[in-house]
Amino acid sequence: MQITVNVNGAEYTREVEARLLLIHFLRDELRLTGSHWGCDTSNCGACVVWLDDTPVKSCTVLTAMADGHEVRTVEDLERDGVLDPIQQGFAECHGLQCGFCTPGMMLTARWLLDRVPDPSTEEIREALSGQICRCTGYENIVRSVRWAAEHADADQRLDHDSGEDGSNQAEHDGGPG
Amino acid sequence: MQVPAYVEYEKATSVEHALALLARFGPEARILAGGHSLIPMMKLRIAQPETLIDINGLSELSYIKVTDGELRIGAMTRHAQLLDSAVAGKHFAILHDAEKVIADPIVRNWGTVGGSLCQADPSEDLSATFAALKATMVIQDPAGSRTVPAREFHTGPYETVVAPGELLTEIRIAIRPGGGSSYEKVGRRVGDWPVGAAGAAIWLAGATIAEAGVGLTAVGAQHFSAAEAEEFLRGAPATEASFARAGEIAAEHCRPSSDQRGPADYKRHLAQELTVRALRKALRRARPQDA
Repeated sequence: MQITVNVNGAEYTREVEARLLLIHFLRDELRLTGSHWGCDTSNCGACVVWLDDTPVKSCTVLTAMADGHEVRTVEDLERDGVLDPIQQGFAECHGLQCGFCTPGMMLTARWLLDRVPDPSTEEIREALSGQICRCTGYENIVRSVRWAAEHADADQRLDHDSGEDGSNQAEHDGGPG
Repeated sequence: MQVPAYVEYEKATSVEHALALLARFGPEARILAGGHSLIPMMKLRIAQPETLIDINGLSELSYIKVTDGELRIGAMTRHAQLLDSAVAGKHFAILHDAEKVIADPIVRNWGTVGGSLCQADPSEDLSATFAALKATMVIQDPAGSRTVPAREFHTGPYETVVAPGELLTEIRIAIRPGGGSSYEKVGRRVGDWPVGAAGAAIWLAGATIAEAGVGLTAVGAQHFSAAEAEEFLRGAPATEASFARAGEIAAEHCRPSSDQRGPADYKRHLAQELTVRALRKALRRARPQDA
């Protein structure tokens, strides 16, 4: 069957089998390998992407179900060399160890902060409760999300040396927050 | 790698279209709602439908509203929507209690109320919830619709009265004065099925229980309910002693089986204790001025 999916702002039209899972479409067909294929049983959350405005476990969604819809993956968090505060938070607070769960954690955290800009640690833990970090680095993941909440408007230039200060803020297309 | 077997796929654009597709593709077609039970089963090849009829586009089945003295929930309502619904929580707090402990937040974003009910897993939380509330299911076919009491909806594990060619479209719960409800679950961790759970709904007439509903999950209760306990409660004083006895009766009549989530006697204990806790909280909610 032919499908058209908007992924990270770009339209893709492809011929796929109806049984193709969204995670495999993203990774194998579009080569967007930031989303990770983890437990394959909708338990771990490494495969979380946004379907329209909602985080879903893409190992349990058919690509066909995304036909005509928008998908957002971890690759879309950074824009024009500017990290999303959630990415910067994970860097600042050592929110990842092996990094396998990180894309899903960050996409769910971004969604939480969009809805609840100043979440308590309880709210963060609840929001992330469907995702597993096998390094058990939950403390730092929660700290990372808190960091992002506290730095919603920070300038997160990828290259710290060239950014230096907030002078590039105007180029951020309205800012990441 | 788990991949579903080859399957045909049709996107329904309306309830009528979905019913026409069901008629056209016959009993080997399956409705695809959120897919969070069906797709894992297809990946394991436990389910192998020939055709999927995707009803995710049917926004007409996604609603929570009060009509004619009933709370009406569209079958395509996602778990997260029911959990977020103020009107659902206001009339039936048990719906929020149960939704808060179903799967995990991300699964709740996409899994649907109707999908969970039609999957009919014996450990699924909404079956006992709607049994406690004495809800009514609306099932549609091309000729029209019929209603079925929640307690007659299931015919066995993973089996319901929804026939090939039919579609569950709505759940209705009568709103009556003096009511309170709650759901109590014991699980091992987020996302796991319950070890055991109980739901309670009571309607008061003064200090007396005019009507009671007790639902039980994952403990082998007939129709996900404790009819004998309800019979005892009807007309009884709304007291701790009544609830204690109702818990004992509920435990006596359920038939839990031992599995990796716990031995049968522990689950029976849970049926008793969780029934009491659910009734206690339901009473507090029925009498908010005493809380």
